[in-house]
Amino acid sequence: MLTQYIGRRLLLLGPLLFVISVISFVLIQLPPGDILNMEVLRLRSAGTQVSEEQVEALRQLYGLDKSLPEQYWLWITNILFEGNFGTSFTYVKPVSEILAARVPLTAAVSIFTAVFVWIMAVPIGVYSATHQYSLVDYFWTFVSFIGVATPGFLLALVFLWMAFVMFDISAIGLFSQEYESAPWSWAKIINMLQHIWIPIVIIGMAHTAGMMRTMRGMMLDELNKQYVITARSKGLTETRLLVKYPVRTSMNPVFSTIGWMLPGIISGEVLVSMVLNIPTTGPVLLQALLNQDMFLAGSIVFILSVLTVIGTLISDILLVWLDPRIRYEGVA
Amino acid sequence: MASDTLLEIKDLMTHFHLQEGIVRAVDGVSFEVRRGQTLGIIGESGCGKSVTAHSILRLVPSPPGNIVNGEILLHRGENGNGDGLVDLAQLDPRGADIRAIRGAEISMVFQEPMTSFGPMHTIGNQIIESILLHQEGVDGSEARELAIENLRRVGIPRAEQIVDAYPHQLSGGMRQRAMIAMALSCSPRLLIADEPTTALDVTIQAQILELMTALQDEYGMAVIFITHNLGVIAEVADEVAVMYLGRIVEQAGVNELFDNPQHPYTQGLLNSIPHIDEAKLARLRAIEGVVPDPYDIPSGCAFSDRCPSFMPGKCDSAMPDLAATGPEHRVRCFLYSEAEEIVTEVADG
Repeated sequence: MLTQYIGRRLLLLGPLLFVISVISFVLIQLPPGDILNMEVLRLRSAGTQVSEEQVEALRQLYGLDKSLPEQYWLWITNILFEGNFGTSFTYVKPVSEILAARVPLTAAVSIFTAVFVWIMAVPIGVYSATHQYSLVDYFWTFVSFIGVATPGFLLALVFLWMAFVMFDISAIGLFSQEYESAPWSWAKIINMLQHIWIPIVIIGMAHTAGMMRTMRGMMLDELNKQYVITARSKGLTETRLLVKYPVRTSMNPVFSTIGWMLPGIISGEVLVSMVLNIPTTGPVLLQALLNQDMFLAGSIVFILSVLTVIGTLISDILLVWLDPRIRYEGVA
Repeated sequence: MASDTLLEIKDLMTHFHLQEGIVRAVDGVSFEVRRGQTLGIIGESGCGKSVTAHSILRLVPSPPGNIVNGEILLHRGENGNGDGLVDLAQLDPRGADIRAIRGAEISMVFQEPMTSFGPMHTIGNQIIESILLHQEGVDGSEARELAIENLRRVGIPRAEQIVDAYPHQLSGGMRQRAMIAMALSCSPRLLIADEPTTALDVTIQAQILELMTALQDEYGMAVIFITHNLGVIAEVADEVAVMYLGRIVEQAGVNELFDNPQHPYTQGLLNSIPHIDEAKLARLRAIEGVVPDPYDIPSGCAFSDRCPSFMPGKCDSAMPDLAATGPEHRVRCFLYSEAEEIVTEVADG
């Protein structure tokens, strides 16, 4: 049954999240040196005298003298029981404070991008398949090859340049200047929606192009199947039978790829957000990794991984709902 | 009796315009289907049987397929919604007129029971869809009852449960029964069965044939039964048309055809069936050669390159007409061209 399946998946979520947290933590620890080396270097180059005792004291303060498992335990219990992700050394602020504004934006950009990808790719893919080798099909094939082949950040640069040169507008950022540091309000949300489509289109381009090809290919396979002819022989209208039968079957990869589309969007978003200066987690993550800002980087990796796992779970549940052949059911 | 005629096909030509050239899949086929009767169409793969069937319901994909000539006249009699004739060949293949006929007046059962139902919806959903589409004033729950009733009638056990089953949960034989139930759900006057038993094993095949004959008696519908299996045709058909490369080469009542096959191709088909009582047959008597490339059909009679009775200078010079050699027996062969009454068939216009 469906509920049983979802229950089992939710149970598996626990161990999976544990493994992810361990991996996130280990990944941050992998590079040689730690945050204190950077900090001490910075202080010394600024001319401040830092004695070995002071370094040792700092090390103890941050718990860096403890063994790795102990450090992990401290880190994860703080997150779980106090919502405390630690302190960022570079920003000198609690990590949760830095991310509170950015994680929702990343989630918003990712979800909107995914929706954009579907809204564009599914109808175009269906149309391309039902009008194979037509002018429109060739046009979208051309567009999708360019879309797949162009990296997002390059597209972002080209877009910025074109917007600036041709329309004299600055497409940078997610908000107009007056809203940048303003508290959240309806006006700010509307202002965001006016800007957010630019990164969405750019980040979604490659995925849209790929999904379009997948959808077209799936549809071409399904269109010649017997059941489509059966449906036609029953007297259904072309649109109705297309939507009910081959499109529904072809949606299978659309749903099953949500799981790995989300990480793709999130990592693709990093560079595009850098270029477009969008206040999501991407640029922060990059900086944090460069500075070995361990708590910040670890928290971002951890949170994004958790979101991805949840996204995958949702995609699997949707898939089971969509395709009866995948359901865990006894034979009637 | 003219009033007995349900479907009349006159000089039908369905051609496929492909890059490699034109494939004349159906090239001047004429036949009649009478009410309540079964017309069997037999022939090897690629001889145009299925395209003929698909042409009737206008299911031939276009492009590349086109009906380039001929009429498909559906006689709408006493219980049809409108009297007189409809020429299906003239209808828009996507139009409302042909859609009103599909599944309601003429329905079809296909060869592949494994794939003829959409995989994402229950059997019941797909049968109910057909019922709601064509039967006015039937609501959802009534349609469901009708669907269950139809499933029961084709011999599906626990029909009230199977109605909610997905196609992949049923065996091939069950699926084909469900397919027949769906085809019959709106009491069509003509059922086109396109190799309905080919994909099934022999015991199931026999059950399905029995079922179809019984249902035909019950519903009084006409059937066009397409197969390459002579045994099947002998069992179900009243009249048989033998097709070769897009043309009918011989047409006769079922007993006449099996007792007195005249066309060398029909004779070849009948000879190629192994008989259980022939003590020791060294090898099967297959027809020489293979079906020619559709782009390279021999000039004259299409069968001339494989024909054991080939007459040089005659068979390769012209296509013989389909000529009557007896009451209810017509053959397209020069061996019988002295037959007095010639039914001209391919007269172009």
